[in-house]
Amino acid sequence: MTTSVLYDAPGPRTRRRVLLGSAVAGVLLAGVLALVGNRLAEKGQFDQDKWAPLTDPSSDDFVDVWNLLGDALVNTLVAAALAMAFSLVIGTGLAVLRITAGRSWRWLVVGVIELFRGIPVVILIFFAARVLPGLGVDLPNLWFLVIGLTAYNSVIIAEIVRAGVNSLPKGQREAAESLGLRRGQVLSVILLPQAFRAMLPALISQLVVVLKDTSLGFIISYEETVRTAGIIIQNLGNPIQVYFVIAVIFIAVNYAVSRLAIYVERRLSQGKKTATATLSATDPAGAGTGGGG
Amino acid sequence: MNVIIDNFPLYVSGFLQTLRICAFAAIGALLIGTVIAGFRVSPVPPLRWVGTAWVTVFRNCPLTVVLFFCAFGLPEIGVNGAYFWFGVTGLVLYTSAFVCEAVRSGINSVPAGQAEAARAVGLTFSQSLSSVVLPQALRTVVPPLGSVIIAMIKNSAIAGAFGIGGDLFAVGDTLTSARGEAALPVLIGVVVGYLVITIPSGLGLAWLERKVAIAR
Repeated sequence: MTTSVLYDAPGPRTRRRVLLGSAVAGVLLAGVLALVGNRLAEKGQFDQDKWAPLTDPSSDDFVDVWNLLGDALVNTLVAAALAMAFSLVIGTGLAVLRITAGRSWRWLVVGVIELFRGIPVVILIFFAARVLPGLGVDLPNLWFLVIGLTAYNSVIIAEIVRAGVNSLPKGQREAAESLGLRRGQVLSVILLPQAFRAMLPALISQLVVVLKDTSLGFIISYEETVRTAGIIIQNLGNPIQVYFVIAVIFIAVNYAVSRLAIYVERRLSQGKKTATATLSATDPAGAGTGGGG
Repeated sequence: MNVIIDNFPLYVSGFLQTLRICAFAAIGALLIGTVIAGFRVSPVPPLRWVGTAWVTVFRNCPLTVVLFFCAFGLPEIGVNGAYFWFGVTGLVLYTSAFVCEAVRSGINSVPAGQAEAARAVGLTFSQSLSSVVLPQALRTVVPPLGSVIIAMIKNSAIAGAFGIGGDLFAVGDTLTSARGEAALPVLIGVVVGYLVITIPSGLGLAWLERKVAIAR
């Protein structure tokens, strides 16, 4: 612990106490891990036949399992990329609408944004798959997932974009207007490019939310990673092992993306020439994304 | 729209089940999240490692995977119970990571000078914590914590989709698949059920945010 507001730099007696605390905590932790490991071993969860399809290249199922998982990962990434791309376009459009809207109909834009922010994303995905076919829109499951994710994330991104534009110094807009640029030009040439720069960390963090939410595709039988895991488990009967591998993959990818967001945030705040504040990667615009999906 | 009127009692029971899930999960997540935040700022290294690992795992793992782990993993280590509790446990574990980060950032947002000044005037550790640091930290924590809980309410639908049973999502599922009702009116009923919870919570939160805001 480098600096904490809570306590002074420890003296010799406190250091002994911390050492004692560490020992006790370490023993407790080891005890819990040993207990859980022991229980799992008793149930045969470390048996070779449960792990071999995932870890042993000489196993009969190894190639099939990883081919399936590979396809599933690609499906996950495709859904996330499409949803993120559409959300960016629609979200920016919504933000521009909200900023430029006249008083008479701004409430409509705000209403739409608040409405979609309040609906669980899983409901949007589920009912995209149930309602749209009834309206004659017949698409592969991928698109229902993408539509559901886009409906939810575009309003979040709209709020991030708006916060980005609002974070710019007032002088930017005033200078642009005094040069005689029209409203649309002020936004597209002056404000949005700077706002996107400030928003980049928050947008990258939102990608983590989208990646996690693609796993909801299993509800509508889109063969992304979690759904495919279910299929593998039905055949091999090793749920804990398969979900462990899936969890490791997700954590690795999402952790890397979050680190990237933090790195970009640091880079932007280092090379800052104007007084634009970057939006924090950990709390994107306070858009209420905490724990999203 | 007759679907909603005809099945109104079903909707109400789904609404109440959603509230029940959220109440249990919110209490659990707030408690565990605060404890983990305590771990993360503690002077004891192993506790800090546990806190960091906890947050890294549960923040980066999709809720669906956490829920599957609870359903398949907990019985294997000897924890048995109703499916309802596995769902709640998954929601608690997942949300606790976000609660932890909100609380921790609140503690870190108190300027170091505050605690230094408190110690300089002779307050003990517990005095400076309880009368100087925490009152300020809690105010900063309120808005992000509120967002986390609202997100958790929405995530309870995932626990419902996962098969916890009886909540608003399950009502929508039953009406559209088992009874073959038209999806759009059913959807409107379900969505209204969630909006009744999330929009007032959001407005209340915005009000609370203005109320407790500190000008720094």
